[in-house]
Amino acid sequence: MRKAFVNTLVELAAKDERVLLLTGDLGYTVLEPFIEKFPDRFFNVGVAEQNMIGIATGLAESGFIPFVYSIATFALLRPYEFIRNGPVLHKLAVRIIGLGGGFEYGPAGITHHALEDLGVTRLQPGMAVIAPSDFQQARSALLASWNLPGPVYYRLGKDEKTVIPGLQGKFELGKPQVIREGTDLVILTCGGIACEAYAATEILASKGISTEVVLVSTLSPAPIKDLAGILENFPLALTVEAHYTTGGIGSLVSEIIAEKNIPCRLVRCGVDSTKNVATGSQAYLHKKYNLSADALAKQVIQNLRMRRVNR
Amino acid sequence: MKITAQEVRRIILEQAKRANVGHIGSALSIADIVATLYDKVLNIPDPDSVERDKFILSKGHAALAVYAALYLKGWISAEELNTYCADGSLLGVHPEHALTGIDFSTGSLGHGLSIASGAALAARLRNKHQRVFALISDAECNEGSVWEAVMFAAHHRLSNLIAIIDLNGQQAFGYTKEVIAMPDMEGRWKSFNWDTHELDGHNQEQIRKVIEGLNTGSGQPHVLIAHTTFGKGVSFMENKIKWHYWPMSEEEYKTALNEVKGY
Repeated sequence: MRKAFVNTLVELAAKDERVLLLTGDLGYTVLEPFIEKFPDRFFNVGVAEQNMIGIATGLAESGFIPFVYSIATFALLRPYEFIRNGPVLHKLAVRIIGLGGGFEYGPAGITHHALEDLGVTRLQPGMAVIAPSDFQQARSALLASWNLPGPVYYRLGKDEKTVIPGLQGKFELGKPQVIREGTDLVILTCGGIACEAYAATEILASKGISTEVVLVSTLSPAPIKDLAGILENFPLALTVEAHYTTGGIGSLVSEIIAEKNIPCRLVRCGVDSTKNVATGSQAYLHKKYNLSADALAKQVIQNLRMRRVNR
Repeated sequence: MKITAQEVRRIILEQAKRANVGHIGSALSIADIVATLYDKVLNIPDPDSVERDKFILSKGHAALAVYAALYLKGWISAEELNTYCADGSLLGVHPEHALTGIDFSTGSLGHGLSIASGAALAARLRNKHQRVFALISDAECNEGSVWEAVMFAAHHRLSNLIAIIDLNGQQAFGYTKEVIAMPDMEGRWKSFNWDTHELDGHNQEQIRKVIEGLNTGSGQPHVLIAHTTFGKGVSFMENKIKWHYWPMSEEEYKTALNEVKGY
């Protein structure tokens, strides 16, 4: 995703001189296409994320469109107050590229697991929050949002190969994408974990269960109306995210169900923040937190069974 | 209208009394610096002009001194000034960018120099001769982010960036030498490869001359280490921690006003 994103950024920078790229000393083998083409518009600010956001704030106020790049936890959490008081308060076109949503940096350890990035960005008024699911969508998401007047957060992954079936790289700001239609339940997901969610629906289909899959690639501005319309059609919804179960898509869908009084049971699949987070590969951690395709399918079957018993 | 430090001080006292709020000592500390900048230094033909100098009050809690200057400049009206700290006003204790003449909202320490560095870099990228001033406090240098910006600005030789340190030796809950001692402030900035100038932060002529003499076309970023007295101009406030937060009584207000009139 990140390479497709950077290549697209190079195209945009060629067309528009306002586009700049800043990094907090990360992006080796990723950012080079931009650096080679626009050496004067690239700044490695060093290991100083607070300053990076402050610099971007000053640049954006002067009319530039600075993209800042780091691992998601460093890009957002260290300078969080700089983001709030800078681009958010001043409504400036700062773009934050947070690399490695969820467990993409699994073996790197807990400090590198971005499990609250969607929550903390969703809280900030006027900040667009975008989590593409594959590299094709990363490209179209950037094309659709690079020129927004306010700040944007992009949660990007490292997977440059996987393609989410049925998505075809589609992205529309503030709109969900239905990538598979179904009748028994709906899965709402975002980011790279969508491939596990989609694989779960294949397992379910083999057991005669029909699942709708919706990608909520824009968490803010949230597609509230569209999601409410979808949720009304299903007795059961699962939210699937490589994120704490609070703050992200699970919270968003809970808010919609509660506020719109929709008769849909919700199961939030994500990382239980009360458990100790361990280290390991992304696949291992997805399994550990019941986010693998098998585990998701199992949860669906359990919950459908519960519904039948409760009836 | 000429912007005098005396008028800035009078307005600080008047508005702080009317609104019954504190932060008076911090505002008085920078009255001479702010008066000099707005009267003679900042190239701002009007607040909406694009290619003007920028000024960031990083020690946002002293905003009242800047409001006084904006009023004396004629950029905000007497009616607006008189809404200081009122419900629905844009003039809070800390400055808000929605107010004419305020470039950035501040109030959380340690942000201003980074933002100023970004603005200075933007001017360079556009080949504009535009200076960016950031007024920070000595205690603000407790914030690590200040030093991130110090390193960045020096590395990129942002010579159009001018930091001014209001070195009054006081912070919210004590004297800086007792809280976090930072002796030899000049040496610290010099060692980070800044062009440094120590001066008397209450000597307007000296402030003006030093700034006039800076090479803002190329070379190192500049820092003015302005030695100031917290609460300057009001004897009972000078160097007293209490006047970081405290509002004035009727009696104190009268005494203070008389003192600044004669100052």
